Amino acid sequence: MPEEKKIYDKGKVVAGLIIFAVIFMFPFWYNLGKAAPAPEPVLTDKAKAAKECIEPKSFMKAEHMQVLNDWRGSVVRDENRVYVSSKDKEFDMSLSNTCLDCHSNKADFCDKCHNYASVNPYCWDCHIDKPKENK
Amino acid sequence: MENSRRTFLKIAGISALGLSAKPVLNAFAVSEEHGEKKEAKVIPKKGALTAKRWAMVIDTTKFKSAKDLEPMIEACNKIHNIPVFENKRHEIKWIWEEEFKHAFPDLENEHMNDRIKSLPFLVLCNQCQDAPCVRACPTKATFKQEDGIVAMDFHRCIGCRFCMAACPYGSRSFNFRDPRPFIKETNKKFPTRMKGVVEKCNFCSELLAEGKKPACVEASGGALVFGDLDDPESEVRKLLKSNYTIRRKTALGTGPAIYYIV
Amino acid sequence: MLELALKGSKKYYGWMTALLAVIGVGFGCYLWQLSFGLGITGMSRDVSWGFYIAQFTFLVGVAASAVMLVLPYYLHNYKAFGKITILGEFLAVSSVTMCLLFIIVDLGQPMRALNVILYPTPTSILFWDMIVLNGYLFLNVVIGWQVLEAERNSVAPPAWVKPLIYLSIPWAVSIHTVTAFLYCGLPGRGFWLTAILAPRFLASAFAAGPSFLILLCLIIRKLTRFDPGKEQIQTLAKIVTYGIILNVFFLLCEVFVVFYSKIPEHMDHLKYLFVGLHGHGVLVPWMWTSVGLMLTSIILLVNPMTRKNETVLAVACLCVFFGTWIDKGLGMIAGGFVPSPLHHVNEYVPTIPEIIITLGVYATGFLVLTALFKMAISVKEELSA
Repeated sequence: MPEEKKIYDKGKVVAGLIIFAVIFMFPFWYNLGKAAPAPEPVLTDKAKAAKECIEPKSFMKAEHMQVLNDWRGSVVRDENRVYVSSKDKEFDMSLSNTCLDCHSNKADFCDKCHNYASVNPYCWDCHIDKPKENK
Repeated sequence: MENSRRTFLKIAGISALGLSAKPVLNAFAVSEEHGEKKEAKVIPKKGALTAKRWAMVIDTTKFKSAKDLEPMIEACNKIHNIPVFENKRHEIKWIWEEEFKHAFPDLENEHMNDRIKSLPFLVLCNQCQDAPCVRACPTKATFKQEDGIVAMDFHRCIGCRFCMAACPYGSRSFNFRDPRPFIKETNKKFPTRMKGVVEKCNFCSELLAEGKKPACVEASGGALVFGDLDDPESEVRKLLKSNYTIRRKTALGTGPAIYYIV
Repeated sequence: MLELALKGSKKYYGWMTALLAVIGVGFGCYLWQLSFGLGITGMSRDVSWGFYIAQFTFLVGVAASAVMLVLPYYLHNYKAFGKITILGEFLAVSSVTMCLLFIIVDLGQPMRALNVILYPTPTSILFWDMIVLNGYLFLNVVIGWQVLEAERNSVAPPAWVKPLIYLSIPWAVSIHTVTAFLYCGLPGRGFWLTAILAPRFLASAFAAGPSFLILLCLIIRKLTRFDPGKEQIQTLAKIVTYGIILNVFFLLCEVFVVFYSKIPEHMDHLKYLFVGLHGHGVLVPWMWTSVGLMLTSIILLVNPMTRKNETVLAVACLCVFFGTWIDKGLGMIAGGFVPSPLHHVNEYVPTIPEIIITLGVYATGFLVLTALFKMAISVKEELSA
């Protein structure tokens, strides 16, 4: 049988582990009791009047990132610029000119959920939003 | 004990693999759930101008001075959100004006005729048939479209600037810094670019898709003619049949699509 | 074996701390570059590659020079090199690391660097450069580690290492050939469009790399109990001699071709570098210094009396290293871009932030080099004890 095993510097090791656990769990205990409410994006009048986005809301909520990615590939690389939706309606595939045409309030619409989820898409570096109040 | 540490790591590795299997499978499952609708599809825009090989003929006999070139340069700069930098090192230009000896350095002539010697020439990306920049790009961020245009995908560009080294015509510009503060008037219909990507003339693909001619052609009052080289009936082919034209650095085999009537 | 790199003398800790400080400052500067853009460098629309790519080009050469130790020992049984191949391999690891870092700091969108792997483009030489550089790094790390560990335990290295070693020989030549191909296939750049670019790169690599290795060996002999050996250093010196002679010869070939054919476009680049063009000539003193250094080194190296004197040899090696550094690291890039394809002369001078970031990368390379060398030498000291 191998010799007696011992933990060297037990005190330091345990102390270190506790400090690590505290730092690691920082987001949880720091935000205790401060649960932020779910974000409510605001629809512009134009968006409300349109009744539905290019696809149903539940689809757009979950898939708009993929949709935009696909649109990007389609327009820039394949030269196909028109999207025929599942309801056979045609839309110009453009973030600036189609999506933001209705949802022209980026700060109250896109940013609401993005800020909550701490998501920073770099689309805004180039694609211009068309807010009523210009930045 | 060497063995137990090794065993511990082995078990930890396999557990990590096992624990991550479910989330990965979930991710695949999710995309199927939400795909519960009729398949959407994409199609080209109706009314778009199409061609097998877009080209441009510039009739330099219609120009007298640099002022005549300004409307074309302005038109392009405006609709494409071209920034204006004080620092010449960072300048971005898609179409600009050069003297003959700079635009055509291989046609050096000590006794060039007066008209050509002092005439400013419009230079832009030649949309080469066999573009060295397309060959050089490691990510296909610059690529040849079906219609002959050498296109830029700003989303994919990693900013390595190999294409700039490869271009024999100096047609490409790099965004050394964020261009937005330096754009005089933003055209909302066309995106700006971000720092760290290369850009160049795109033959106004976005206008062609709407059935319109490129901005510089529209602003040129007929001096710039745009058309399909592969269509024998096109305006450009007619002009090329009846006029002597030159192109830049043809000896390099790039096959430029910009012709100059001199 | 890494634990050998974590313990050392006070001087060792001091050196590593100093390097870490330089790395820290360089990294801070890089963060500034990330947020502002490459505009903080001296690069311009006309000179779109600068100091970073120049260092990368030079260091690929230094990395390739490991083959000059591996080839004689493994292919031709030159037993004397047996004790120092590990130094060459670890120098290669450190150099390739710096090469990759220089490429990353030069990218305009480094977070997209993986696009080169996601969208492979075999027509692009940069794609192949990525493959051969990473492959060479992998080869040298694996080979170096296995051989050193085997040496430490006084056993032969495992059999599968041999084929990797043989592979590393043509691979070393390939990394610098592919890097040369980045330049010499571009139709618009007359200064680079020459078949002799790849051979010239290799010649200057086989001069610069081994000369740096000689300097490292002399330092090691001074600072540690391990002696790389007089014979080994002398053989390396002979390799450097031929390397630098070939490099200067190739340069003279270029000069002849350009100035005898008298094609203005080709002459312009060499004129810009050596006498200035249209009133611009910031690199002229540097280029002549480089020529002077390289010629001095040839005189000192060809003569066996001066070559055998290790102090003079050290001076000669410094001349070779800095001469080739200027030649490749300053002259080659700027010379290719000036004058521009439209025959405009826009000069390039690196800015202070650019130099700080460069020093940060060099410090990283030296950190890796010191740690790996410390490991290797500790093993050898252990064995001789």
